[in-house]
Amino acid sequence: MGGDARRTGADALRKGEVSERGFQTRAFQGRTRVRGLIDSAATTAAVGATVLVVTPLVAIFIYLVYKGASSLNLDFFTKIPKPPGELGGGMANAMWGSAILLAVASAIGVPIGIAAGIYLAEFGRGTRLANAIRFTADVLNGVPSIVMGVAAYALIVKPKIGFLPFTGHFSAFSGGVALGIMMIPTVCRTTEEMLLMVPHAVREAALGLGVPNWRSVISITVRTASPGIITGCMLAFARVAGETAPLIFTAFGNSFWSSSLNRPIAALPLQIYLYALSPYDDWRRLAWAGSLVLIVLIMLAVSLVRYVTSRGTLKGTS
Amino acid sequence: MGVGIEVTNLNAWYGSNHTLQDINLNIPANHATALIGPSGCGKSTFVRCLNRMHETNPIARVTGTVKIGDLDIYADAHPVQIRRRVGMVFQRPNPFPTMSIYDNVAAGLKLNGYSNRRSLDEIVERSLKESALWDEVKDDLRKKSGASLSGGQQQRLCIARALAVDPEVLLMDEPASALDPVSTSKIEDLIFQLKSQYTIVIVTHNMQQAARVAEKTGFFLNGRMVEFDSTHKIFTNPSDKRTEDYITGRFG
Repeated sequence: MGGDARRTGADALRKGEVSERGFQTRAFQGRTRVRGLIDSAATTAAVGATVLVVTPLVAIFIYLVYKGASSLNLDFFTKIPKPPGELGGGMANAMWGSAILLAVASAIGVPIGIAAGIYLAEFGRGTRLANAIRFTADVLNGVPSIVMGVAAYALIVKPKIGFLPFTGHFSAFSGGVALGIMMIPTVCRTTEEMLLMVPHAVREAALGLGVPNWRSVISITVRTASPGIITGCMLAFARVAGETAPLIFTAFGNSFWSSSLNRPIAALPLQIYLYALSPYDDWRRLAWAGSLVLIVLIMLAVSLVRYVTSRGTLKGTS
Repeated sequence: MGVGIEVTNLNAWYGSNHTLQDINLNIPANHATALIGPSGCGKSTFVRCLNRMHETNPIARVTGTVKIGDLDIYADAHPVQIRRRVGMVFQRPNPFPTMSIYDNVAAGLKLNGYSNRRSLDEIVERSLKESALWDEVKDDLRKKSGASLSGGQQQRLCIARALAVDPEVLLMDEPASALDPVSTSKIEDLIFQLKSQYTIVIVTHNMQQAARVAEKTGFFLNGRMVEFDSTHKIFTNPSDKRTEDYITGRFG
């Protein structure tokens, strides 16, 4: 193409067709204009796609504020639900219940998921066990959440397992387990991906200093990948925070205050589900308010974790 | 103080690829020794055999003996032990990206469980001075990440990191090939100063560099060591025709 352009350039020069700048023949200018058009078309398409992705999110949020904000008051955050027929009441116990459920879920899902991800990326690379675990995690990721609830019901809610506490009946613990298991595949696979992105040179640097391999994995590789691993954990957290189906068979819901892992517990999604399907206008308004609060709380939790974990970051860290 | 290295009948493989064949070589203590040769001739593999980094690749294999001082590294020692005595600087600067400058230098000691704060401070300062980086970074030791430095500074940081664990031998695998001429000359000055205290083995593609920094030079070709002699002799009056062809630029 370069040779072509030069020939055209020489021809153009002979015919006196060149513009002020010698190499800018008509052909060259034409190609430049086409490139400019393609460039702006591609940019427009990219911006359009971004708008398309963001619009539903913004629309949902605006609609939630419109429907729910008016029902938000101090009672909503401090009171428990009123019996049917009485106006007012709040979802304080459901928020507290969700916090407990998510704490149990994270306590189960995050360590197991990270440990499994470390094994897949660092120690089991290429082994049959690692391939089996990776396949299982991917399948687990696709299991519908209602199935996870039924499974938890069949495994630890219905049967009393020996002396194991919290089993044999509906409980906050069983709800946490169901959610925690749902977190494992996301945490595990993002941890693996993030660890694999740590450059080989960084691992070699640690080994070259006489650091044992296990120590290098924990203190260097995992630390280097930690921002990505934390993002994976937050994704998993945000996903299960809004789950309703697995809780129906496990945490069951509760209209009163409870902090016990051993008893049924309320949860925001469960409460929203219950209220949204109710025949009372007041309850349906509370359901909208609950949805708004659920979204805001998830956003707050994610931003808080991001803030806390980014505080120690140094200038110029890549 | 540096120690000498005695290599006897060293052979190395990557899978079925016989990358090093019957290498015999004595590297003198407290001198710089340069290894030259065209790409793929085995010189990097050779230095990686000197601290048992070669075997971190699962398909790699080594036979023969390497004695560092009195220690037969393939018979009597664990690789982790050896790498504390034999420091390594890699081709591309590879500071730990999430660590501060201070932590990068202290990493080798800290990760091996050494935690005396006062002497860590001293060791970090001494290592950074030895690698001629102290004056440029002393004000933001803990504030800046190792990755925020320029390429040449990063490489000197990596040298400081290697020196902090007090090795006897320093292996350098093309330490200046990713750097600009100014940084390169800083690294070369550094090698000049360091060789009174450490035994230095430097792999280089740059023949002028070998001539400038090293007393001894070895020429590698196709996995064999063709010639090993004083740098002066190799560059002015090599005994092997192939060495002469290479240094006069007839191939490679």
